[in-house]
Amino acid sequence: MQQLLNTALGGLTLGMVYAAFALALVLIWRSTRVVNFAQAPMAMVTTFVALAVIEAGHSYWLGFAAALLSGLLLGAFLERVVVRPVEGKAEINAVILTLGLFIVLHALAAVVFGNRFRSFPAPFGIRGLEVGDRTIALTGFGIFTIVAVVVVMALLVALFRFTDVGLRMRAAAHSPEVARMLGVRVGRMLTLGWALASVVGSLAGLLIAGGSLVHPGFMDSVVVFGFVAAVLGGLDSPVGAVVGGLLLGLSLSFVSGYVGSQLVALAALGILMVVLTLRPGGLFAHTPARRV
Amino acid sequence: MGSRLVPTSPLARHLLVAVLGLVVVVVVLQGVSDFRRFQLAELAYLGIAAGGLTVLTGLNGQISLGHGALMAVGAYVTALLLPDRDAGTPLPLVVLAAVAVTLLVGAVVGAAAARLHGPYLAGATLALAVAVPGIALYFKETLGGEQGLRVVLPDPPGWVLDATYFVTGQDLTTSGYVALLAWLTLLVTYVALANLGRGRVGRRWRAVRDHEVAAELAGIDLGRARVSAFVVSAAAAGAAGAMLALTVRLAAPSSFSLTLSLTLLAAVVLGGLGSLAGALAGAALLTFLPQVVTDLGTGLGLSDIRAAELAPLVYGLVMVAVVLLAPAGLTGTVRSLLTTSKGTPR
Repeated sequence: MQQLLNTALGGLTLGMVYAAFALALVLIWRSTRVVNFAQAPMAMVTTFVALAVIEAGHSYWLGFAAALLSGLLLGAFLERVVVRPVEGKAEINAVILTLGLFIVLHALAAVVFGNRFRSFPAPFGIRGLEVGDRTIALTGFGIFTIVAVVVVMALLVALFRFTDVGLRMRAAAHSPEVARMLGVRVGRMLTLGWALASVVGSLAGLLIAGGSLVHPGFMDSVVVFGFVAAVLGGLDSPVGAVVGGLLLGLSLSFVSGYVGSQLVALAALGILMVVLTLRPGGLFAHTPARRV
Repeated sequence: MGSRLVPTSPLARHLLVAVLGLVVVVVVLQGVSDFRRFQLAELAYLGIAAGGLTVLTGLNGQISLGHGALMAVGAYVTALLLPDRDAGTPLPLVVLAAVAVTLLVGAVVGAAAARLHGPYLAGATLALAVAVPGIALYFKETLGGEQGLRVVLPDPPGWVLDATYFVTGQDLTTSGYVALLAWLTLLVTYVALANLGRGRVGRRWRAVRDHEVAAELAGIDLGRARVSAFVVSAAAAGAAGAMLALTVRLAAPSSFSLTLSLTLLAAVVLGGLGSLAGALAGAALLTFLPQVVTDLGTGLGLSDIRAAELAPLVYGLVMVAVVLLAPAGLTGTVRSLLTTSKGTPR
């Protein structure tokens, strides 16, 4: 019973992070029809930025802010300079491009920050909380993770629902031509979309790194899990991404707890295959599958 | 073009090129050091895998990040069949078994992948690349876990030794034998791929790539065309994996990281999607560039470990640059330059 509870709690925390990562993928997919495979190394790079700030003797929170800010800039820069030319072209070009960025960022981080495991601090306890006389698998940092992701989601919802910029971003994503005629600077909105997504991705990176080890490849499996979570939710739907992330986090946690942690990626592959075979549009898609 | 010396049928032409290639390979292999022979064997197995991938991506428009994982399947089958000196399975049979098993895995993956396109397919095969090494770790007893499985290379048969001595006047070293095997496999694979690509099957693959609806209206079964392309490509990856296992005499999860799959794609993109010559050029780059760049890096004062990361940095940058500046890749760009210069009015 206790193992069941702990596995579920661990899955919930992990699921929140996958949800954030999936949300970042969905934000980019909605605005530019590109699946950003470079999201994981982007988050890895910003996590290393945070580590550099913290190791220079500054507080965790300054590092945290530096990571999110560098995420914002990195996302905007990559969209404007590298990705813009392939938007609207054959989809295979965009896929190859983001994979190229994947390799570049990976290698660059290894050259600049070194290729070894380094420990990353956590601002809150990483010991399980004690309820009565039992220790449960929910840590202080776990609670922070859940709260941080929920806050970010609320902020995003508020942005898209209640602000002018959010409305313009939605218009630019929904119908670039019409939006342009109505005076929306579509290019700028796309850049902003990438920047925001990159911030959310950076947050996911920080949350995974907290209290554990970082390494240029530490986010590699997360891009798979984030992608599976996003596809589970339909790749088009932010709510779907969140639900998909939570579902995936829980299922993978159970696989890891009861079968073996080595098979987690295989389980993710299995889930992806089942979803794509039975409901190619995901659990929450409202647009019909594209025909041509 | 009109010369009688060049055969007109594609099969005969491909075979002619392959025989010429074999002669070149034998001559080169006997003239270089053992270390270079090892590198050439590496070039050959990367070339085989890249050849399979370029057919899939270039001719059929499917992208696969799972070819490293498919190579792992071929390598592990080879390792399981050659555990010690008295394994007794003849080498051709081992390679065929590796190809057959990978082909089966490819059929399963391909059947699932046939319904997907673009980013979905890339994501699914990415998951495959990340998942497969975990299987070797989970089944530690049979698959050796982190250390992997040792591969014992059977002694070359007597007639091969005699024949090489007769042709080159030298004794065949182990790495020479492995390199010869790998290049022979490469040539067989490339002849098969080139023929498939030129024929009816290849025409169907291209039709599906260019316009799904038009292809379907022309009576082509989209699913079947996609699955067949994936299966053929997977078979090549299986052969590549077998050659890798024979060359490095080890099948271990660390050989089949995500990086392998991604760099294979980089090689194929660089060479020009769909071109076998381009795939071979890309594989050559993967083989020889790391040493050059790493030496350059250490010369500039980087530590060895950091300098080793410069090679992937170059692949990645080249990949991005090719997509942005020359989407046809190396071979395509050269070809279009040639045709434009030919087409200029006199």
